Amino acid sequence: MRQKVYASADAAVADIRPGARICFGGFGGAGFPNNLIQALDRQGAGELTAITNNCGSADGELGILFKHDRIRNVIASFPGPHARHFQERFAEGKIKLELVPQGILCERMRAAGAGIRGFYSAVGAGTPVAEGREEREFDGRRTVLYEPLGAEFAMIKAWKADTLGNLIYRKTARNFNPLMAVAAQTTIVEVDEIVPVGALDPETVVTPFVFVHRIVQVKGIHNVVRT
Amino acid sequence: MSSAPRLTREQVAARAALELHDGDCVNLGWGIPNLVSDFVPAGITVYFHSENGILGMGPRARPGEEDYDVVDAMKVPVTVVPGASYFDQSMAHLMARGGHLDVSILGGLQVAENGDFANWKIPGAKGSGGIGGAMDIATGARRLIVCMEHTTKDGAPKLVGRCTYPLTALACVHRVVTDLAVVDVTPDGFVLREVAPGWTAEDVQNHSEAHLIEVGQVREISLATR
Repeated sequence: MRQKVYASADAAVADIRPGARICFGGFGGAGFPNNLIQALDRQGAGELTAITNNCGSADGELGILFKHDRIRNVIASFPGPHARHFQERFAEGKIKLELVPQGILCERMRAAGAGIRGFYSAVGAGTPVAEGREEREFDGRRTVLYEPLGAEFAMIKAWKADTLGNLIYRKTARNFNPLMAVAAQTTIVEVDEIVPVGALDPETVVTPFVFVHRIVQVKGIHNVVRT
Repeated sequence: MSSAPRLTREQVAARAALELHDGDCVNLGWGIPNLVSDFVPAGITVYFHSENGILGMGPRARPGEEDYDVVDAMKVPVTVVPGASYFDQSMAHLMARGGHLDVSILGGLQVAENGDFANWKIPGAKGSGGIGGAMDIATGARRLIVCMEHTTKDGAPKLVGRCTYPLTALACVHRVVTDLAVVDVTPDGFVLREVAPGWTAEDVQNHSEAHLIEVGQVREISLATR
């Protein structure tokens, strides 16, 4: 059997190279793989491309990676006015940003995992998002072509994993995590608890183990910041 | 020019809440729309949708009872009501974009008389800007109500002939509730339905760039709630 359980977050991110393209889960302070993010910061790989909803909150979440200039390219839906380290570097022209509507960001990642080469949506038509994209009318309505968005790695947070890698999430901490799991070649998950195979009810598994490659059990870090 | 006060944010939210019907599934955006849940008319049940994966979102969590794994789109710890479900962000946007929600209420920067909508970026503003879920929600809304101040802080009209700000979505707005008026978007343009107490149709027109069509009686916005 393949061994997916890693001893530490540091061990799970040790081979990530400079320039890697990485999806980071989390939304609204919930479901962020904060232990993996901090381990990646210690590991030191730079020139990263981050696919994410937002760009951190002070030093929390992705903030620490922007603070230490690890990330050069961002594909995000809502970087956030309080993502101070990102905003400072963006204003200095040090970071390239692609803004993507949030639901389209989800579908582009899902498409990457699902073997779908592209799709049309009315979302973004007539807006700056459509610039440079192919447009086509369906039933008289303008739509925009979106390509899939995959990554070498995904760093996600789940509630429980079994040792095979089946995952369940907790409440709204699910958010982007299951989508990023399918979009990446290598998905690394931090969980509150690892349980034996067979301990999770198959009816409740949200992410089947085929999408999960590395598992770390850590004490979750909630980044509770009032904004 | 009227000297009557404009509606407060709470009064705008209370008026918008009258648009909701029993059983509706409703997405509320940032700003004034977020206040609408405080003014749901007595005797009806609506189910609030949150883009991060809740259908059946309840009130904010009481102090000491926060669960930071249950938050709304503004990061605020919330509760859920009986019948609620959790799901991923893709399913949340599928509901919105696919037209499965009954009503969406969003804040706005500009609405044009053809229903075009701008709510995410002020040209020249500092920072990266951000889209979030607004484009998906506006594009797929079965009924989109925009709640906003009638004019900017500098007095510039926000009901315009054509949007000059970057768009959120094309021809998507059905009704606008402002601190001065209730206006519908129709194939003929804006139709003025209601004005704030003490304001006349002419006053409201003077604060609007686009022409407001008057069809029959323009009513006064009712401030009696519940």
